[in-house]
Amino acid sequence: MPTLIDRGQVQEFVAAGAQLIEVLPTEEYGEDHLPGARSLPLPQIDADSAKTITRGQPLVVYCWDAA
Amino acid sequence: MAPRAASRLESLGFREVQLYTAGKLDWLAAGLPTDGENSTRPRAGTVCHRDVPTCALTEPVGEVRERVRGAGWDAAVVVDGARVVLGLLRADDLAKSADAKVEQAMSSGPSTFRPYVPIKEMADYLTKHELESSPITTSDGRLVGLLYRSDAVREADGCPDCARKMI
Repeated sequence: MPTLIDRGQVQEFVAAGAQLIEVLPTEEYGEDHLPGARSLPLPQIDADSAKTITRGQPLVVYCWDAA
Repeated sequence: MAPRAASRLESLGFREVQLYTAGKLDWLAAGLPTDGENSTRPRAGTVCHRDVPTCALTEPVGEVRERVRGAGWDAAVVVDGARVVLGLLRADDLAKSADAKVEQAMSSGPSTFRPYVPIKEMADYLTKHELESSPITTSDGRLVGLLYRSDAVREADGCPDCARKMI
């Protein structure tokens, strides 16, 4: 199960080198995203796109809200 | 969406997946910086007047009026000890009886907006609803500042519509 974290923990993870991933559509990513985040929309997450993510580093995943 | 994405990533073999449940909305509401097209455009929080006068529920309107007008303002935001917005004293409210308490004279429960709302959207909303001004608050209701429609309309000139509505 993914670990649930809050805003302060996001900052801590990112400072420690975690990869930040926004899973919203690219249009919304283009408007606003957390500094340092990369775009990987949910429908595009598969074995191929997973190769572009560095393994062995924590991932922080977010979208718009808790939905 | 993010919970499903996190689970999908785990199914692909990633072991340390953290889920920021409150997401971008929470980040923006906290006034933290972002990157992207909107980050270079004015928002409610950057255009609003953060030095707007404030007052308490129990103050006499006359005293508040003197202080507010003396500072060159025509409105004050009514807040509690934690700067949570309780009401708004617009120009016509400030003209009420000097002996009345702010609580009796204020406009209660004004619509408030978050600092991250693009100024174009704010201008359109304030114009459509004929609001002269509106308090800008954090997501927990604390005052950031007062946004005047005239400022919003002026700053919105030339700004494009946003793909996602934030009001």
